[in-house]
Amino acid sequence: MDITIHSSMLPHEDPEESLTFYRDALGFEVRLDVGGGKMRWITVGPLNQPDTNIVLYPPSATPGLTDDERRLIAEMMAKGTYAQVNLATKDLDGTFERVQAGDVEVVQEPTEQPYGVRDCAFRDPAGNMVRIQEQR
Amino acid sequence: MTSAPDEAQRLRDLKLLRRVRDRMDREYAQPLDVEALARGVNMSAGHLSRQFKLAYGEAPYSYLMTRRIERAMALLRRGDMSVTEVCFAVGCASLGAFSTRFTELVGMPPSIYREQTAGATAGLPSCVEKQVTKPIRNQEAPAVQLHLA
Repeated sequence: MDITIHSSMLPHEDPEESLTFYRDALGFEVRLDVGGGKMRWITVGPLNQPDTNIVLYPPSATPGLTDDERRLIAEMMAKGTYAQVNLATKDLDGTFERVQAGDVEVVQEPTEQPYGVRDCAFRDPAGNMVRIQEQR
Repeated sequence: MTSAPDEAQRLRDLKLLRRVRDRMDREYAQPLDVEALARGVNMSAGHLSRQFKLAYGEAPYSYLMTRRIERAMALLRRGDMSVTEVCFAVGCASLGAFSTRFTELVGMPPSIYREQTAGATAGLPSCVEKQVTKPIRNQEAPAVQLHLA
């Protein structure tokens, strides 16, 4: 078996807002941008990891959703309980300073966690939790 | 059936509640109270408490205290801070209220917890430790000991 993790999906609410966060605040490159209006699928990823992608997608376009499910997903995103991604960096403090210099929502400053990681956390514009942990 | 403008308003309200919750996660060590949290999002304290509880299943004060106790558990396990130092470090102004809430959530007073757990989780895989050591929200813990040995 030779399987790599190619892409994982994170929902967006407003594609431009999410793009601004991942491209400008986190410094990710944009690798693909398809669709239009609110219905865009935007593939982003870090410069030093060309084979691993995050696809920012419009969750309401998922086929087979009922109206209730669509509404529930929108509400969970709004209240911040729907999706999360965990990133890592060697320089947590420097990364935190650079990211928080932008117009972003900070959830947690760099903190030593009792379960053995040191991390910080941001909220992306769609309400997703973005945790960044220190590589050590 | 909710109309589109109602739903848009509901999503805006939920985002405000999320900001309040994130602020508690970020600033729990500050002397935060529900009035200050409510002012930050232009709500009355009563309205915030009711809406927050509907959205997250517990009142904002309860969430804040659980967050503080969670952090306090971590600091107590290090073993190099006194209960009083930990109490103030996590933003609690009253040692009595801190001890009471700690005991309700963890099942034992902070002094006993400190004695029993200092250094106890050393060597556990972090994913396991995170589950074992998390306080139980919305459910007062039974007075059992952690079997970590």
